[in-house]
Amino acid sequence: MTGDVAVLGAGMHPWGKWGRGFVEYGVAAARAALADAGLGWREVGSIVGADTVRGGYPGHVAGATFAKALGWQGARVTSVYAACASGAQAVAAARAQILAGLAEVVLVVGADAAPKGFFRPAGGDRPDDPDWLRFRVLGATNPTYFGLYARRRMAVHGDTLEDFAQVKVKNSAMGALNPYARYRKRVGAEEVAASAVVADPLRLLDICATSDGGAALVLSSVEFARGRGAAEPVRIRAVSTVTPTYPNTVLDLPDIATDSAAAVEPAAETFRASIARAAYEEAGLGPEDLSLAEVYDLSTALELQWYEDLGLCGEGEGAKLLREGATAPGGRIPVNTSGGLASFGEAVPAQAIAQVCELTWQLRGEAGDRQIEHARVGITANQGLFGHGSAVVAVR
Amino acid sequence: MVTGWFAGDGDDFTLLGTRCSACAAVFFPREDGCCRNPGCAGGDLAEIPLSRRGRVWSYTDSRYRPPSPYVTDPELPWEPYTLIAVELAAERIVVLGQAVPGVTVADLSVGAEVELVPGVLHEDGETVWTTWRWRPTGVTA
Ligand SMILES: [Zn+2]
Repeated sequence: MTGDVAVLGAGMHPWGKWGRGFVEYGVAAARAALADAGLGWREVGSIVGADTVRGGYPGHVAGATFAKALGWQGARVTSVYAACASGAQAVAAARAQILAGLAEVVLVVGADAAPKGFFRPAGGDRPDDPDWLRFRVLGATNPTYFGLYARRRMAVHGDTLEDFAQVKVKNSAMGALNPYARYRKRVGAEEVAASAVVADPLRLLDICATSDGGAALVLSSVEFARGRGAAEPVRIRAVSTVTPTYPNTVLDLPDIATDSAAAVEPAAETFRASIARAAYEEAGLGPEDLSLAEVYDLSTALELQWYEDLGLCGEGEGAKLLREGATAPGGRIPVNTSGGLASFGEAVPAQAIAQVCELTWQLRGEAGDRQIEHARVGITANQGLFGHGSAVVAVR
Repeated sequence: MVTGWFAGDGDDFTLLGTRCSACAAVFFPREDGCCRNPGCAGGDLAEIPLSRRGRVWSYTDSRYRPPSPYVTDPELPWEPYTLIAVELAAERIVVLGQAVPGVTVADLSVGAEVELVPGVLHEDGETVWTTWRWRPTGVTA
């Protein structure tokens, strides 16, 4: 396919609470990705930074910040902000530059130093900001929404607390094998059940933490990769960055209400499902072609939702798919082989890039103890606040 | 803090949304700029009261103190509150709100009927900030 770009390099800074600045994490990840690609920083024609937002503006405007820290060398620069989808939008921007012939090699970097506890909006009285409003008027934190989705699944599909816990059990077992993960301890269902309730019915171990971390990719044209001896590189075949369709009838962060369906009949397909469909259409393949998936498990219950939205199973059958072991290593479609956010935590601008790093390592056969056999096609799925779809399809 | 989102007292307390004169789309929180229906050329947006009763779409609670800008007294022990997402049939919209104090997740189920009542978000020496709350019907607390 002519639309492919090559993944020449992938790199991460280990995730955790390191107490340092995000630039340090991003630079470490970038250097690792460049070393993996066998390229010097001076050979990079363009850098795309996924922004972190602290204090009400995109802190330090990431593209230029990373370029300066790596040493000014005149590269084209781009910075993108799309909340949790920032990394996917950074990949999309890099890919577009390569396919348009504006750059042959692009470095994509995302990193963050997250605050402890709940994410919160920037300060000041800002009632024109929907994110500020949901905290001020309702005290609705991110776990509030995860709790609503979980309770809804229990009522509509019959999911149980044990199902949710088993997602954590599965992901923690993979995270234990990942040297970049923050949490490297296997967790049992009884530990999940014994952890404190945060937002009914979800407990501390059902919900991802906030973390520091960084991830980077070196992308290039397929021709450039071949010229550098990479005859069969991992390739990015699709990047989905879609918005919802009006009326969006699933209550979504950070909204206080859904769109009304009084005037316009809602589409049969939800926003999350449309993110995956757009990626499949662009890639020219479907869920049956996948070897693995990295999905955005902000909560254990949300991972089950993604199974359905990715078309891995029918609506309401997510828990059944999990119980069958289909999404575990050795199953039909392993999900979150990296350990997922359950093992990494959230470093917002880095996580969609980190998902592509995992696909890259899996598709190359370099994932070590967590390697999935015969991995050929992988998808990432993510969703950024304020209506940013995010999915990447990579193939080998 | 949020102007024009609700009005009235007691049994007349309602949430206020807006409705487009061209396509009849309804908006809450109120949309006063322009109609967000992509198939609509744009009409006038008129204020309308929303249904006072609806059905529970889902619910949860907040066992930990939320961060600022939510206002709580750090001197007092944290009292969890319940949040309910409520589906209003006529408007075909889901509206999130806190439950009235004392209602816990054990009192709720998806599909149960709730009604809108006024409540106090917080108060200081000078101001009482009113808000909306959802209360299971048949409860008079
Ligand atoms: Zn209209």
